[in-house]
Amino acid sequence: MHESTYKPASGFTKWLDQRMPILRLAHDSFVDFPTPKNLNYWYTFGGILSLCLVIQIVTGIILAMHYVPHADYAFRSVEHIMRDVNHGWLIRYVHANGASMFFLAVYLHMFRGLYYGSYKAPREVLWMLGVVIYLLMMAAAFLGYVLPWGQMSYWGAMVITNLFAAIPFVGEPIQALLWGSFTVDNPTLNRFFSLHYLVPFMIAGVVILHIWALHVPGNNNPLGIDVKSKADTVPFHPYYTVKDGFAIIVFVILFAYFVFFNPNILGHSDNYIPANPLATPAHIVPEWYLLPFYAILRAVPDKLMGVVLMFASILILFVLPWLDTSKVRSLKFRPIAKQFFFLFVIACLVLGWAGGQEAEGLPLILARLGTVYYFAYFLVILPLLGIIETPKPVPDSIHKAVLKRTAEAAIGGSGVAVPAGAAAQKPERQI
Amino acid sequence: MKSMKRIVIAAAGVLALSGAALSGAALAAGGKKIEPQNPVPLPAFTFNGTFGHFDEASLQRGFQVYKEVCASCHGMNLLAYRHLGQEGGPFYNPDFPSPTDNPVVKAIAADYEVPAGPDEFGNIFSDDGLGFRMRPGLPTDQFKNPYQNDVEASVANNGALPPDLSVITKARKGGPEYIYQLLLGYEEPPEGTELKDALYYNPYFAGGWIAMPQFIYDDSVEYADGTVATAQQITYDVTNFLHWAAEPHLEQRKRRGVITMAYLLIFSGLLYLTYKKVWADVDH
Repeated sequence: MHESTYKPASGFTKWLDQRMPILRLAHDSFVDFPTPKNLNYWYTFGGILSLCLVIQIVTGIILAMHYVPHADYAFRSVEHIMRDVNHGWLIRYVHANGASMFFLAVYLHMFRGLYYGSYKAPREVLWMLGVVIYLLMMAAAFLGYVLPWGQMSYWGAMVITNLFAAIPFVGEPIQALLWGSFTVDNPTLNRFFSLHYLVPFMIAGVVILHIWALHVPGNNNPLGIDVKSKADTVPFHPYYTVKDGFAIIVFVILFAYFVFFNPNILGHSDNYIPANPLATPAHIVPEWYLLPFYAILRAVPDKLMGVVLMFASILILFVLPWLDTSKVRSLKFRPIAKQFFFLFVIACLVLGWAGGQEAEGLPLILARLGTVYYFAYFLVILPLLGIIETPKPVPDSIHKAVLKRTAEAAIGGSGVAVPAGAAAQKPERQI
Repeated sequence: MKSMKRIVIAAAGVLALSGAALSGAALAAGGKKIEPQNPVPLPAFTFNGTFGHFDEASLQRGFQVYKEVCASCHGMNLLAYRHLGQEGGPFYNPDFPSPTDNPVVKAIAADYEVPAGPDEFGNIFSDDGLGFRMRPGLPTDQFKNPYQNDVEASVANNGALPPDLSVITKARKGGPEYIYQLLLGYEEPPEGTELKDALYYNPYFAGGWIAMPQFIYDDSVEYADGTVATAQQITYDVTNFLHWAAEPHLEQRKRRGVITMAYLLIFSGLLYLTYKKVWADVDH
């Protein structure tokens, strides 16, 4: 942690600072927080995700004012929101597409963490808290998808709750507890609504821990090296508030495209058919962001093993900091690991595609290959590469690496050789 | 320029991921498609595109088609008659901001008889005892279902339940275009195909055999506004009406979208310039 630079300006803030230094905390965390100056746009997703959470909570609270959690009225009440509530269509489409945008952002955030080694010491706890948030997000998304009580809501709930029944001994009691009945029915909908309202606030709590755990070691950065001096950093405000702000608005443009011009493309048309326990849809598929795990689940012919692998595919992230044996954080300096990383991204996309197909033929083969690679990446490739790969030399400091890059850019850009010192002489704001 | 490049790369990444997600979602619902012998060409729907809107005259004709053709089997129980007179609806009239005051809507609703509920003595049955006490419909009443319940609806249709049409264009993969082609897509089954009892061949329907016979032919309705009622015109109109019913705030949504996008684009441009200025004297 850095030394506090907060100076209360008025009588009231001085008075408050001696009793509860909350303004000091805010100042030291979000204004003067020293942040590596080489963060790229992949580092803006933390801010974007905070916005996503706020949007989901605000729209969700408004939706809950109009929604009726009853098997006979849920579908109709959602349509009531769409038709009769002032701007209800906007609130619901923001909430429904917001879930997709939330997951899009979290996946980019996680891939960024994987690429730059943000999970390595001293940021293991930060990473693990992130995995907890991700798990809670999946729970919230699944619970929320059930609430409109359409065909996919109902049958998705049926598939997922049936997974728990595969667990030996405790599986069926857990399933009965989730159902609150002898099948997916009104009691299930009631408790899912209650839990769907609870989970986001749990996420908000863990997000606070996540930011706390971030602010102890400070940000990782694309070079993956520690901050050595003040020359390596800039204060969070205004440098990263403006950069994050810009990235957030670009992200919101994509978000707005879906909400206003293509609000149903990320959903499934069957969820506009009211739930019918007597008619199973031809293909039951989860929302796109859960498809890779659905593919892993179905890649195994045995139900219990499928469930085990699916949960393992997420739980393995908890031990990732100890599976990766390399001391070098950023894959920038690990040419071999970098290639395996991009293969890993492709494997995840392939799993996502296969998860949306029927589990047969080519999709099944690809799902199996993808599953094998997914686990091999964590269990074999990362542990071995740390031992056998020779990383490229890592720069001494962020500041030096930045100067070198600026000088190279000047040479490449103008075609005229500029001595490295010339770039270094460029006036630098004292920080 | 380098940061521009990085933005482009980041945007490409986002697009690639969302593109993959989209194709995943789209393929997720894919089934085996039957090739029609005479593919139905699609008209240009006015509701598509960034500035999409509904053709009001077509919505009115479409409602007539629904009322005279579809409504004999299909309900639309998420709609109330008042919806017909709300902004963006078929019979919207700016003189009547509250659609319940709109005389056209009142007249449409009054054409239907709905259960009146208990009288002052709590009696819910008519004086002759043969049924419920009835009253003329009001704009606040929901669309009257053709059948009393799903069982009656199924029995009357050889066991096939005619789906409610309130959100039908959103509840089928392919949306309004699918509905349009389905309604016009009936044809003779391919040579050698065995006919099925009480099912009709339609290559646009999953599996090729649908329980709904073809209802729309040239002059199936006589339009009040004198429009020539070709089968294509009737289908176009009723598809417009059904899509309005499923997405009644589509016009408002797209209008808001254009304004929101314009605002966001300007805002992001200004933020980008601010960002360049703030970072101008920092090597990074």
